[in-house]
Amino acid sequence: MPDVGTSSASAAGASRAARTRTLHLLAVISPGVLWIVIFLVLPSAYLMTIAFMSNGPYGLPQMPWTLDAFKQLAGYGFLGWSPGNLYTLLRSLWQTVLATGLVIAMAYPMAYYISTAPARLRPLMLLAVVVPSWTNQVIRAIGWMNILSPGSPISDGVAALGLISPQMGLFPSKFAVVVGLVYNFLPFMVLPLYAVFEKLDWGQIDAARDLGAGPLRSFRHAVLPQTLPGLLAGTVLVSIPAFGMYVIPELLGGGKSMMLGNLVARQFAEASNWPLGAAGALIMIVATLGGLVVLRRLGRKLGGDTQVVL
Amino acid sequence: MTVSSTPSKPTSQAEGVRADPPDETARRAAAGIELQGLSKHFAPDAIALDGVDLSIPAGEFFTLLGPSGCGKTTLLRLIAGLEATTSGTVEIGGRAVTEAPAHKRNVNTVFQSYALFDHLNVADNIGFGLRMQRVARAEITRRVAETAAFIKIDNLLGRRVDQLSGGQRQRVALARALVNEPDVLLLDEPLSALDAGLRSDLQLELMRIQRRLGMTFVFVTHDQQEAMVMSDRVAVLDAGRIQQVGSPQALYEHPENLFVARFMGHENLFEIVDRDEAGVVLSFGRLNGRFTAGTHLLIRPETMTVTRDDESVATADNTLRARVAERVYRGHVAEYGLTLADGTVLVATCNNLGEPMFDVGTEVCVSIRTSGVVAFHA
Repeated sequence: MPDVGTSSASAAGASRAARTRTLHLLAVISPGVLWIVIFLVLPSAYLMTIAFMSNGPYGLPQMPWTLDAFKQLAGYGFLGWSPGNLYTLLRSLWQTVLATGLVIAMAYPMAYYISTAPARLRPLMLLAVVVPSWTNQVIRAIGWMNILSPGSPISDGVAALGLISPQMGLFPSKFAVVVGLVYNFLPFMVLPLYAVFEKLDWGQIDAARDLGAGPLRSFRHAVLPQTLPGLLAGTVLVSIPAFGMYVIPELLGGGKSMMLGNLVARQFAEASNWPLGAAGALIMIVATLGGLVVLRRLGRKLGGDTQVVL
Repeated sequence: MTVSSTPSKPTSQAEGVRADPPDETARRAAAGIELQGLSKHFAPDAIALDGVDLSIPAGEFFTLLGPSGCGKTTLLRLIAGLEATTSGTVEIGGRAVTEAPAHKRNVNTVFQSYALFDHLNVADNIGFGLRMQRVARAEITRRVAETAAFIKIDNLLGRRVDQLSGGQRQRVALARALVNEPDVLLLDEPLSALDAGLRSDLQLELMRIQRRLGMTFVFVTHDQQEAMVMSDRVAVLDAGRIQQVGSPQALYEHPENLFVARFMGHENLFEIVDRDEAGVVLSFGRLNGRFTAGTHLLIRPETMTVTRDDESVATADNTLRARVAERVYRGHVAEYGLTLADGTVLVATCNNLGEPMFDVGTEVCVSIRTSGVVAFHA
């Protein structure tokens, strides 16, 4: 397109057109960029800065620069080393992995089932998946507190089976936290999986069977690669917020199964140690990025040439 | 599977074979197919196939021809094992495989939609079947390269599937099936998505490949021209039943019923009103001659002679007066729609021998040759 003419006049015209385009582009994207800079980039930079500052008398950060917050996070305090914070970090990771795994196990067949249902029922079924998330997260967590509390039919039933002692109830517990996480994040996995199942190329499954693949290998080579983009998108949508989850462990864990999000929140609200909270947040960001890299690698490995964009 | 997974032979079978066609035919016991009473009901009122008996000898290029919804693709999927039969038996190469799932049959399919794996590149697509048979990696690489060269796509092996044109995808799908050296190759309208030029090229190439490999091909199409060009024998299907099986010539020249006659492209089909010693009576007149038994008559358009209206010609045997109502010029032939005295329309095609054509409205005489007339039961 720039080679319309060879005269300098048309070249100048072309460069003017290019400049106009650049201006238009700036005009279009600048509000969004400004928004992200003010409300994401600057606060994050501030957070990173205070993570390397000292803790003041009222929990506010002050000079000089120090790595104290990270040491504290790693468990070094006045009384020597304690594994509490590390446990919290590992617990966050473990509960995230567990909840994501359970969500996948439930959402994968669900999404498949919905995608093969009669076309007029599909929107209704999807609505049924989504509707609960229209209610406030806190209210839903409180609902689960009731369902799992001592004396509830479910708790009594489980107690009758001898899995828990009679007066205990399923709440508060780690179990309740995982239940809450799975319940909360299920729609975020079902929807992207439904999207890939809906346009599944059944011909590829026929082809795999025709070329000698049994049921398992047909799944592995014809279904899984096709659903991988949805699976990875869902995993990102579930695991990242689950890792930083605050409300559910706070309410359903009864303080016994704190996750990283609770630890961070506590430093800002109750413990008054902003540098420590900032350091925790920083670790969370780093762990999340690390997780994304792992997922991306996994996607490349399983998906072959499929471009999985995260 | 046993045929293909013999890596002990250092000189590739495929290579030897492909360099030297007769060897291939000798070595490979190409398998025939026997279908008996084959039915497929998708629901009590959705009968896709209704008692199909069919015998396809080894090494034949066999075509299933019929309109969409006639059950031809279902029949192919039953042979492949991709659908379960409702009743009846399938035998491939003398082995009963009615209950065998698709992955346990030594039969491969070229799908209409190609169904290539889009997460794999071309080479991995072609090698997929060998990988499923756990053939050694080096052997897979070698056989993929050979087959790709045979199908003339060796320059595409590293490409991703989404970088291929329709014709190239077609070839990859073909190579992916052929590399396994199946007993039978099933082709489900493989050319229907291609444009006309590419299509006739690939028709000829498929015929060449089939001849060289001596493999049994079962080809599905709705295009009667394609079926006639390519096949040794054709089965015409309608409403889940076989209407007629025979060579393209038999189907075209001696259709056994109205459906086959129409599907083979015939237009001059008339009911026989009466019959006597000298010939038959049709709605628009009589034809003298000896015709086989039947209720209907087919007059092949290319066997008619059209001449300028002339009293001496008009009185000749089996000659009718008509007026040119329509003319379609096709280059090598001119196709005339002729209206007879009672309004019946007769289609006649005349070879373009360089003589002037008849214009629309011209009064002509049309002579019907009895060798181009066939009677059959509706």
